[in-house]
Amino acid sequence: MTYTIKGNTGEWEVVIGLEVHAQVISNSKLFSGSATDFGAEPNSQVSFVDSAQPGMLPVVNKECLRQAIRTGLGLNAEINRYSVFDRKNYFYADLPQGYQISQLYHPIVGEGQIEIDLEDGSTRTIGIERLHLEQDAGKSIHDLDPKRSFIDLNRCGVALMEIVSRPDLRSPEEAGAYLRKLRTIFRYLGTCDGNMEEGSMRADVNVSVRKPGDEFGTRTETKNVNSIRFVMQAIESEALRQVKLVESGGEVQQETRLWDAGKGHTRPMRSKEFAHDYRYFPCPDLLPVNLPESFVDAIKSDMPELPDDKKKRFINDYGLPAYDAGVLVAERETAAFYEQVAEAAGNAKLAANWTMGDFFGALNKADIALADSPISARQLGGLIKLIADDTISGRIAKDVFEIMWETGKDAETIVEEKGLKQITDTDEIEGIIDQIIADNPAQVEKVKVNEKLLGWFVGQTMKATGGKANPGVVNKLLKDKLGL
Amino acid sequence: MSNALDLTLADALSALEKKELSSVELTEAYIAQMDATRDLNAYITETPDIALDMAKASDARRAAGDVGLMEGVPVGIKDLFCTEGTRTTAGSHILENFVPTYESTVTTKLFSQGAVMLGKTNLDEFAMGSSNQTSYYGDCASPWKAADGKARTPGGSSGGSASAVAAKSALATTGTDTGGSIRQPAAFCGITGIKPTYGRCSRWGVVAFASSLDQPGCFGRTVEDNAIMLQAMAGYDPKDSTSIDRAVPDYRAQITGDIKGKKIGIPKEYRVDGMPQEIEKLWQQGMDWLRDAGAEIVDISLPLTDKALPTYYIIAPAEASSNLARYDGVRYGLRVEGADLDDMYAKTRGQGFGEEVKRRIMIGTYVLSAGYYDAYYNKARRVRKMILNEFLDVYNQVDAILTPTTPSAAFTLDDAPTDPVTMYLNDVFTVPASLAGLPGLSLPAGLSSEGLPLGLQVLGKPFEEGEVLNVASVLEAAAGFQRL
Repeated sequence: MTYTIKGNTGEWEVVIGLEVHAQVISNSKLFSGSATDFGAEPNSQVSFVDSAQPGMLPVVNKECLRQAIRTGLGLNAEINRYSVFDRKNYFYADLPQGYQISQLYHPIVGEGQIEIDLEDGSTRTIGIERLHLEQDAGKSIHDLDPKRSFIDLNRCGVALMEIVSRPDLRSPEEAGAYLRKLRTIFRYLGTCDGNMEEGSMRADVNVSVRKPGDEFGTRTETKNVNSIRFVMQAIESEALRQVKLVESGGEVQQETRLWDAGKGHTRPMRSKEFAHDYRYFPCPDLLPVNLPESFVDAIKSDMPELPDDKKKRFINDYGLPAYDAGVLVAERETAAFYEQVAEAAGNAKLAANWTMGDFFGALNKADIALADSPISARQLGGLIKLIADDTISGRIAKDVFEIMWETGKDAETIVEEKGLKQITDTDEIEGIIDQIIADNPAQVEKVKVNEKLLGWFVGQTMKATGGKANPGVVNKLLKDKLGL
Repeated sequence: MSNALDLTLADALSALEKKELSSVELTEAYIAQMDATRDLNAYITETPDIALDMAKASDARRAAGDVGLMEGVPVGIKDLFCTEGTRTTAGSHILENFVPTYESTVTTKLFSQGAVMLGKTNLDEFAMGSSNQTSYYGDCASPWKAADGKARTPGGSSGGSASAVAAKSALATTGTDTGGSIRQPAAFCGITGIKPTYGRCSRWGVVAFASSLDQPGCFGRTVEDNAIMLQAMAGYDPKDSTSIDRAVPDYRAQITGDIKGKKIGIPKEYRVDGMPQEIEKLWQQGMDWLRDAGAEIVDISLPLTDKALPTYYIIAPAEASSNLARYDGVRYGLRVEGADLDDMYAKTRGQGFGEEVKRRIMIGTYVLSAGYYDAYYNKARRVRKMILNEFLDVYNQVDAILTPTTPSAAFTLDDAPTDPVTMYLNDVFTVPASLAGLPGLSLPAGLSSEGLPLGLQVLGKPFEEGEVLNVASVLEAAAGFQRL
């Protein structure tokens, strides 16, 4: 099912590449000791280096190197044992040095690849071209005063990882899945919090269109799109624009564009909004980074299980469908929660159904995070264990779940207190069924013609037992006695 | 004490040790001499009050038995080193009112070893120049006069530092050398100056000109004075990523005067066209002195010597164009308001920088531009590497190299070359070692026909400052140069 855009001249394929800027989780900045906390008082996290005082020198923060390498390993990528920091020169008021320290020619991480999970349960492999480290700029604030601009340098010098994909993505959906997968990997590794609304993950979107089988078309780059939804919208609207333009005899210009979320389309940047020539050259204040093998090995040996591996394990060890496994591993916390539930329940499949069904449903309805759930993984597992060993029926379990949600009590306690244990004693149920058959001769005649009426008998039996009769036993006995 | 000013640094330390004079007395004598020689304009900022406070504190420490390597010695600090609470101009209008809130590593070390700061010495703007005439704070003159009575340049960029030591308005001074900014002024002013190996002294807190070339060093009356002061300045600094983590030997102990069997290289390429006979003669004299002391004179070849100047005038401006981008009027220093941000940049930088600085920013911007980078900057980097290798090859045969420091004696301030290229030729003998990061020293070895000092340069292997000092001490003893 290929995504295409239908134009007047036929189908158009969309080619997408993403450059993701991800803020590195570290206590201090890439080249200075300043703190990196989000939301601090403006200009309260600024060192002499960050504000580019005369004579100040950058010193690389090893933790940021470590985080970039971890991320690189998470992207199944080559770790470059030799990398170099370059200066990217341009003037702006929130760029105190007059250059950004980045890595153009020798990035710390080379080629890699990740698998993205699509809605239909299929996966695709997307190539990663490179990952490099660079400094973030500060923030210019233009709307506080009619005449003056203000600068906040807190973010200035914070480490960013720029991750450049191959032009392997072919639809907005794939772009969304790619961003979600990157975010999942970051969060598993603890290398970036992935919060797009706080700006700690942003994407530049490269889009071109072509007739299937043709060479790549000319691409445009839409800068700084800050949510997955906007990235998907920007791709769609930009691809449509390009198709219309080309079909009406125009030519796509290789240019930088901006996403206007309010209007839902991209627009070209004014030429003054970007510099043409960054005059990159190796930063003479820093030596090339030569990573000892032991440094990389230590990071390798300390890697957590990655989402794709976890997904495979869930499929193989727990017998889960690929889709379920994909949903459960999307967040590391969710996967860990599920594994605790499954362990306490002693039934991995039932645990998956309950976790993804009733439990996620309740969280969503109450709009609360997993961490704030009133029911613990152990408690949810306890409830499922009672279903698995026939202590209660699935039907009763739903009631028990609701009480657990309200009271925080264990399932066992609730079942005990309310006397909800399932009746599995055949004699007792048989007596009740005999009575119902005797009381309803007309229905008995009908069910012999129309088997669907069996449900009515099941209902009557459950009603008479207060829902506690084991449904399997009830069905079997009814069929026997009614001769179905 | 009338002869206090005639003491060398070594003599002064022993006089202080023997309580023949106090640091306060010595400092007062130098403050009086600063007054008396103010017409030379060696200082941009005089700090007599700070000096007296530091001298008092030094005397108290000495009384308590706490004696540093530079205890009680009044020194001048090139106005390129950031000094906490004392304005630091870098010789530029753009930093006219800049008062650092931090202290450079080198001055921190000097002061912690007991040095007393007399003031901040004059220099070419951002250390760009060979005559001290690009200073925003006016020309500085050498105290040396020829028969014509015309004022002579002290050389540059550390002109003020060299003039002050020669004129005895400082016992010793700091300098920085990027392409010859210590060795050339030392030669012109008849004093001794050493540039150590790149990475020996921290650049942290030194206003940057060309980061991969800038190296702090010092001026003194004698070779031994250089050894004492360099000892106090040198050492690894984790805040400067290009500083070298390597033990600093006892330089003074390495001055034995014994050079028997040492091999001294004489590079034939340093016999440049149009070099005055008296320079040639001085060089030959130097060879004879060393041979007389038991050294072996070895003819060597450094074929890339004539490529050094063009290489230097690509690399140094390239780095400078980027290093000086931070002077933008936004956070500190001069700001000239404009209609908008770009206009403010243009006005601030247009008025804040002098002609030579602007010239080098433009050259640097040009050689780093897209399309020119490989032809200029990258090629220059490759040639630089070859120049280093050429030196290292030669150092397999010889222990040190002897050359003239400059191709001429100091020119008059009035007849200074107006053509930049002629001015740049001043550095023809000093630039190659700068590109290679090698230690070099200039000492006065004779007088020109006009009675002006001429210098000889000793170059050494990387980190062999001790060897350089030792060879120089032999020349010093043989030359018996009469200081002012």
